[in-house]
Amino acid sequence: MRTKIFPIFLIIIFFIIFLIFYKGLENSNLYIPKINIEKDIPSFNAEIFDSDNRINSDDIFKNDKFYLINIWASWCVPCKDEHSFLMSLSNQKNIEIIGLNYKDNNQKAKKFLKELNSPYKIILSDKDGTIAIELGAYGVPETFLIYNKKIIKKIVGPLNGNLLGEIKKIIQ
Amino acid sequence: MKYLKYLIVILFIFNFNLSNAQDKSLHSKITKNLRCLICQGQSVYDSDSEFADSIRIFVEKKISEGESEKQIYGYLKDKYGEWILYEPQFSKKTYFLWLLPILMFVLGGAIILKIFYLKKN
Repeated sequence: MRTKIFPIFLIIIFFIIFLIFYKGLENSNLYIPKINIEKDIPSFNAEIFDSDNRINSDDIFKNDKFYLINIWASWCVPCKDEHSFLMSLSNQKNIEIIGLNYKDNNQKAKKFLKELNSPYKIILSDKDGTIAIELGAYGVPETFLIYNKKIIKKIVGPLNGNLLGEIKKIIQ
Repeated sequence: MKYLKYLIVILFIFNFNLSNAQDKSLHSKITKNLRCLICQGQSVYDSDSEFADSIRIFVEKKISEGESEKQIYGYLKDKYGEWILYEPQFSKKTYFLWLLPILMFVLGGAIILKIFYLKKN
């Protein structure tokens, strides 16, 4: 009797393991960033673009106000595509757009803004990319909508008409 | 006395090199266990992407600030989720993953013992 229980027990165990791995095969192995998590904005100290002064994030973000942090660079082609959407958003009264210039050359970034105009109220400089990491960003362009010092929406990639509509809907 | 001075200088340089080397090995240990999220199948240590480069600088800064390996993992896990770690930490979601090899080992041992036991009888 005991010798019969053992093989049955083994078969059941292997069957369970097989089922778990078989189920696992159906899971996607592609990484999709989570974009709708409410997280507090991290506290960071950044250099103001084209100046020697520094500013703390606590002095930028106030409660009861919408902010849009946009990570951009002059070498980033999709950033040019989304620029017109940022310009149209900069006309809105209830939102302030903060630019984070990512691993860029100052002269080239200034030329970029001269050509396309600046939608930003403040531009911060992120020479080594660590502020972007503090924010939980993947690269450029990336945009964070902030309210009450919390990230309420994260957009990975360039802005488009639909996303702009969504942002306008939220801030109204 | 003169030799003692030289000895102190040599010891100082040697000690400095040693601590620097320890920092570097901790840096490479951490970055090897971090997944580059925008490149397929590469660690932060191996990747040349801007993202991986920024993470490497970030880890270097955190080590120089005196943060431990666990603290750095926790910080990045909070930002990017468990997926950034190649070696997932022990949690409700991963306990099966960690316990499976032990279970297999015990089961294998039991099978071998059983075979021996049967042969003896």
